[in-house]
Amino acid sequence: MEQLKKKFHLGKTNREKIFTFGIVLLFFAVIEILRGTGNLSNLLKGQLVPICAYVVMALSLNLTVGILGELSLGHAGFVSVGAFTGIVTATLLKPVVPQTWLVLLISIVAGGLTAGIIGFLIGIPVLRLRGDYLAIVTLAFGEIVKSLITNLYIGVDAKGLHFSFINDNLNLLEGGKKIIAGPMGASGFPKISTFLAGILLILFVLYFLYRLLGSKMGRAIKAMRDNSIAAEAVGIHLTRFKLTAFTMSAFIAGMAGTLFALNFASLSATKFNVDMSILLLVFVVLGGLGNLRGSIIAAGVLTVLPEMLRSLRDYRMLAYSIVLIAIMLLTNNQRLMQWWTQTKKDAKKWFAKIRKAKDGGEA
Amino acid sequence: MDRLVPTPSLGVIPERDSGKPLILDIHGLGIDFGGLHAVEDFTLLIGRTEIAGLIGPNGAGKTTVFNLITNVYQPTRGVILFDGIDTRGKRPDEVSRMGIARTFQNIRLFKDMTVLDNVLVGMHNQIPYSMLSAFLHLPSYHRKEKEAREKAMDLLGIFDMQHMAKWQAGSLPYGAQRRLEIVRALATDPKLLLLDEPAAGMNPAETAELMENIRNIRDRFQIAVLLIEHDMSLVMGICEGIAVLNYGKIIAKGSPEDIKNNPTVIEAYLGKQED
Repeated sequence: MEQLKKKFHLGKTNREKIFTFGIVLLFFAVIEILRGTGNLSNLLKGQLVPICAYVVMALSLNLTVGILGELSLGHAGFVSVGAFTGIVTATLLKPVVPQTWLVLLISIVAGGLTAGIIGFLIGIPVLRLRGDYLAIVTLAFGEIVKSLITNLYIGVDAKGLHFSFINDNLNLLEGGKKIIAGPMGASGFPKISTFLAGILLILFVLYFLYRLLGSKMGRAIKAMRDNSIAAEAVGIHLTRFKLTAFTMSAFIAGMAGTLFALNFASLSATKFNVDMSILLLVFVVLGGLGNLRGSIIAAGVLTVLPEMLRSLRDYRMLAYSIVLIAIMLLTNNQRLMQWWTQTKKDAKKWFAKIRKAKDGGEA
Repeated sequence: MDRLVPTPSLGVIPERDSGKPLILDIHGLGIDFGGLHAVEDFTLLIGRTEIAGLIGPNGAGKTTVFNLITNVYQPTRGVILFDGIDTRGKRPDEVSRMGIARTFQNIRLFKDMTVLDNVLVGMHNQIPYSMLSAFLHLPSYHRKEKEAREKAMDLLGIFDMQHMAKWQAGSLPYGAQRRLEIVRALATDPKLLLLDEPAAGMNPAETAELMENIRNIRDRFQIAVLLIEHDMSLVMGICEGIAVLNYGKIIAKGSPEDIKNNPTVIEAYLGKQED
């Protein structure tokens, strides 16, 4: 019996992981039950895929900001690159590949890879900078991506893909189709993202991040965040691991971007602006730096919240900000935290007492 | 303790290490910060299993010498041969992989990580599994991680710190943090261990214990140790060769006895006696 107990006794980190996966699965189950019984409001229905996409974006930014410890203010740039790569890929594949899920899968991977490559190239010069400088450069990066895509024209016809920049001269043949039309954005692409795909993407990213954190590479990345001089002194190649983590983060953001984009009928690059980057940062900071579960909950709740507050009309954003400030203050309140840990301790004692009384009674 | 013997080039090393290649051979090392010659014409030889001391008044440039040996700073002049290899132009992490490990005067632990993880980060380059096996949790991942953990616990055993393995490094008492830094340095499997004021903040009993530990580490791993220390009981107690640095220059080198009676050293520490 004792041995059995030992075998199934899970360490603290394992329990936390299972709990986090549990939250995601529970959310999925609750939504599916609501949908099945017809109790799901249209408002929430439209938010399901964006919630999943924002959760994945928050997880990806947490890798850069929380785990690697580098401030990035241009994460929407990577999401944008992923989104538009996904749009182009899906539009091209739709007529050729009959299975919708396969189109979605390939698009998501393509979106992730492109964003990952961009992340790698951007990372080489940018990760040499520290603190404020890095924040400014990433901020600029987000804006640059936005204006590049706003001026980008991509079309497809029988001869293949056509690109054009600033001026709309794609010279498409008869029957050709414009996929991205500069400032007008993209439209007419397949709307194939599903809630299930979103949940699966969250689970995959969670799995990926937990495995990364449990490996020697994860330890090296955390070590760099804690003390880069000491990490270098024990033989950690700083640039290599920073670049790897940054690239992975961009890759995940790109996948989230594709999922996000293929949920809409049309999309313009201005959607991925500084506001979005800041919003993602808010998710990560509110959820706790380096805390994956926190990012998931914060992203989920704060994506739904503005919709819930819609009844307040003009005061919606005001209420939203007040809620944000309240959460910040409450989660950083020492006395409240003390009270919470004390309550947890008391509860544990109380349970132990009951158990003891029960055991005593049986004996 | 072995008698010090002269080497073909300048300097002295313990008798048992003579005839074997030197672990550290520094010649004419110098670095300028702006117009200041922080270290000048620094020459030092260290035998393969020697415990050597680097002493000198505050601001003499001792830590700068450590930063030069570990390539945190690039020297303006001079050559460092580590185990016969020129370390010029190498990054600090490359120097670490060559076999030089160090601790820091102002403790630099990975504070938010556990004690065990701190040691495992030190072992990073000795844990040979691919990232693929880490993501898929292949048998090789579990086996190598387990081996690494066992070795890390073994290293923590040097200072009887196994029971602290799960603690957060930042929450350790000061002395334990210093000891953990030494364990983490040892985890990189070094040939030369640089200790920057290992006894700082320790009481005499702790210092005596530390001396014993440093000697045991040398005997067990057969490595060389170069330490900076202000505590003369420790320096005189375990160092076989001592170099005295003042204003960036070596003013004396030799055995503890030589150093104790050297008038230049006494003057550097206590000032000149007015007649």
